[in-house]
Amino acid sequence: MIAPSAYLLLSAVLFGIGVVGVVARKNVLIILMSVELMLNGVNVAFVAAGSYLGDAAGGVFAFMVMTVAAAEAAVGLALLIALYRLKETIDITELKVLKW
Amino acid sequence: MVNGILDYLWLVPALPLLGVVLNGAVALFAERPLLLKEAGLPLPGGHGAHGHDSSHGTGHGDSHGEHHEAPAYRKLVAFIAPAVVGAAFVVALLCVLSLASRPADGRTFVQVLFPWIQAGSLLVPAALQLDPLSSVMALVVTGVGFLIHVYSVGYMSHERAFARYFVYLNLFMFAMLTLVLANNYLLMFVGWEGVGLCSYLLIGFWYEKRSASDAGKKAFIANRIGDFGVLLAMFLVFWTFGSLTYTEVFARVPLLRESGVLTTGLATAITLLLFLGATGKSAQIPLYVWLPDAMEGPTPVSALIHAATMVTAGVYMVARSSALFLLAPDTMMVVAVIGAVTAIFSATIGICQTDIKRVLAYSTVSQLGYMFLACGVGAFTAAIFHLMTHAFFKALLFLGSGSVIHALSGEQDMRKMGGLKKYVPVTFATMFAATLAIAGIPGFSGFFSKDEILWQSFSSPHGSPVLWGIGALAAGITAFYMFRLVYLTFFGESRMDPEVEKHAHESPWTMTVPLTILAVLSVAGGWVGIPAVLGGSNLFEHWLAPVFHPVAAAGAHGAAAAGAAEGAVHHSATLEIGLMALSVAIALCGIGLAYFLYRVRTGKPAEIAKKWPTLYDVVYHKYYIDEFYEWAVIRRIVNISTGLWQMFDALFIDGIVNGAAGLVRAAGDRVRRLQGGVVGGYAFSLLAGAVLLVGYILYRSVVQ
Repeated sequence: MIAPSAYLLLSAVLFGIGVVGVVARKNVLIILMSVELMLNGVNVAFVAAGSYLGDAAGGVFAFMVMTVAAAEAAVGLALLIALYRLKETIDITELKVLKW
Repeated sequence: MVNGILDYLWLVPALPLLGVVLNGAVALFAERPLLLKEAGLPLPGGHGAHGHDSSHGTGHGDSHGEHHEAPAYRKLVAFIAPAVVGAAFVVALLCVLSLASRPADGRTFVQVLFPWIQAGSLLVPAALQLDPLSSVMALVVTGVGFLIHVYSVGYMSHERAFARYFVYLNLFMFAMLTLVLANNYLLMFVGWEGVGLCSYLLIGFWYEKRSASDAGKKAFIANRIGDFGVLLAMFLVFWTFGSLTYTEVFARVPLLRESGVLTTGLATAITLLLFLGATGKSAQIPLYVWLPDAMEGPTPVSALIHAATMVTAGVYMVARSSALFLLAPDTMMVVAVIGAVTAIFSATIGICQTDIKRVLAYSTVSQLGYMFLACGVGAFTAAIFHLMTHAFFKALLFLGSGSVIHALSGEQDMRKMGGLKKYVPVTFATMFAATLAIAGIPGFSGFFSKDEILWQSFSSPHGSPVLWGIGALAAGITAFYMFRLVYLTFFGESRMDPEVEKHAHESPWTMTVPLTILAVLSVAGGWVGIPAVLGGSNLFEHWLAPVFHPVAAAGAHGAAAAGAAEGAVHHSATLEIGLMALSVAIALCGIGLAYFLYRVRTGKPAEIAKKWPTLYDVVYHKYYIDEFYEWAVIRRIVNISTGLWQMFDALFIDGIVNGAAGLVRAAGDRVRRLQGGVVGGYAFSLLAGAVLLVGYILYRSVVQ
C-alpha cells in the first residue's frame, strides 16, 4: 500500500509542470498540452482521494474532468488551426493585437 | 332606501362628462385632422402618404372655399354640448325638488359612488352630497351653464376649433359640479383643480395669441399659490379631525373643541389657509391680478367661469367651512377686511378702464369682495344669496358685452362704441336690466342680496359701521362705473369705425334667448330672499338655515353666531330701512354722477383726467399692482432662479455628475494599461491570483 501523500505529491508535481508549461511556453500547442497535464494532475488527486476514502465520487469526478478535457482539446485544437490559417504562426507572443 | 330621483344624483356630474367624451371624440377624430389639413400640416402619427397628399391639397386655391361650409360635426357638437348640461340641470332640479320635500333637518343626501382612497386611517370615498347649500350651487352652475352653452353656440359660430371649445366647456361643467357636489375636501379639491385647469385651457383658448397664453399661465400660477393653502389646510383638517368628509369634520367640531384639541389658533390656521385658496380662486387681494387678464378668453368663458361659477368657488368653500370659520374670529376679521378692501379697491379701478370686458372683470372682483365681506361678518346666507344673484346679472353683463363685441366684429374698446341702442335693442334692454340689478336699484335682484350684505356688515357682531361704510361707498362706485359703461356703449353719438358700424347687427337667437332668460332672472332672482323688514319671507335664508345655523350654534362662538343669524332682532326695523334707503341714495348718486359726466357734460371726464394727471394715471394703470408684483415677486424669483441655475445647477449638480464621469475616465485611462495583449502575462496574473488565494486560505486554516 502506497501512502496517499505519494499520490498527492505526484498530482502536485504534474499540476506544477502543467502550470509552468502554460505560463512559460510560447507555442500554443504546448500550452494546450500543459493544460491537459494540469487537468490530469487534478485527476490523480481525485482518484487517489476517492480510493482512500472508499468513495466512488472521486472516480466519477475524474471521468467528468476527462470529458471536459476532451471537449476542451477539440475546441482548443480547432481554434489553433483557425489561428494558424489566419496568422501562419502559433507563437502567442505574436498575438497581441487585443490590448488597451 | 326610497330616494327616488335622488339616486340619480350621480348623473349631474356624469352627463357633462359624457359630453366631454363624445365631443372629445369629435374634436380628436373629425376636427383636428381638418384643422391640421387647413394648416397644411401632416397628421402626426398618421400615414405618411396620406399626410403628404393632404398637405398637397391645401396648395390649391379651390380647397379654401370648402372650409367656410359648416361641417356636419359642428351641428353634432352644437347639439351635444348644451344638451348634456341642460339634462344635468333637469336632473339637478328634480333632485333639489325631491330634497325640498323632506323635512328641514333631513335635507342632506349623500350618495357614495365608490370607495376612492383607503390608506390607513385615511378613508376618502368618491361621494356626492346634496344639501341646501350644494343644491343652490348645483342649480346655479347647471342653469347658468346651460344658458351660456346655448349662447356659445351662437357666439363661437365663426370659430374653427369649435369642438375643442365645447370639450373644455363641458369638462369645466364636470369639474365644477364635482367641486360643489363633493362630500369631502379632497374630492372638492379635485374639482377645484379641474376648474383651474379648464380656466387655463379656456383663457389660453386662442393660444396663437401671446397675451392669451400668458394670461392663461398667469391665472394658473396665481391659482396654484392659493391651492397650496388649500392643500395645507386639508392636511391640518385631516390631522385634527381624522377625516376629510364634511359631515364628519363638522360633527366632530364641538367634541374636539371641548377636549381642547381644536384650539382657536389651530382653527385660525386652517381657516386662513383655506382663505388663501379662496383668494386665489375667487380673485381677492392679493391674488386677484389674474382675473382681469383672464378676459383674453372667449367672452362666454368670461361669463361662465370668470364671473358666474368658478370664481365663486372660494365663497362656496368658505361658506361650506363656516363651522370652522366661526371658531376663528381673527380669520373672520381678515376675510371681512380683505373682502371690503377688494370690493372698493377694484371698483375704483373699474372707473377708468376703457375695455368693456375689463370693466366687468374688475366689477366681478369687487362683487366677489362683497361676498367675502358677507362671509367675514358671519352672513354666509347673504354671501350665497349674492353669489346667486351675481351669477345671474354678471353672466348677463358678460354675455351682453359679448353680444356687443360680436356685433362690432370684435371691438372691445368703449371709446369706439356709443349709440348702440338702436343696433342691438335686445342686448341693450337685457344689459340695462342687469346694470340696474348690480347697481342695487330696489326691486332688482342685486338690491336684495347687496343690501342683505350691507345690513349684516353693519349689524352682525362681526361687523362694524366702517365695513358698512366701505361697502356702501363701493356700491356707489359700482353704480357709477356700470352706468358709465352703459352710457358709453349704448347712448350718445356713435364713435364707431364706419366700417364696423355698417356691419353692426343684433345677435342670433341662440344668443338673445339666453340673454332674455338671464334678464328675467336678474330682475326676479332676488325675490326669493326678500327680507322680513320689507314684508318678505326670506325663503332663501330659511332654505339655507339647516346648513349654517345648527353647526354655528354648536361652535364655541355659538352665541355670537346665532346672534349673527338673528342680528336683525337686536336692531330696529327703522334702522334697517334707513340704512337701506341710504345705500340706495348712494347708488343713485353714483348713477347721477355717471349721467352728468357721460351724458350732460361729456367733456368733463377728460378735463378731470387732465386736472389730476397723476391720480388718473395711477388708477388707469390699475395702481401699478401688476408692475409692483413684477418688481417685488417675479423679478426676485427670476433672479433667485437664475442664481440657483448658474450656481447650484450648473456648478454644483453638473459638477458632481461631470466630476464622477471624469474620475472614472481618468482611472480607466491608467488601468487599461494592464491590458497588455500578451497572453502569457494574463496567464501569469491568473496564476498569481490563484496562488495568493490558495495561500490566503492555507494561512487562515493554519492560524485557526
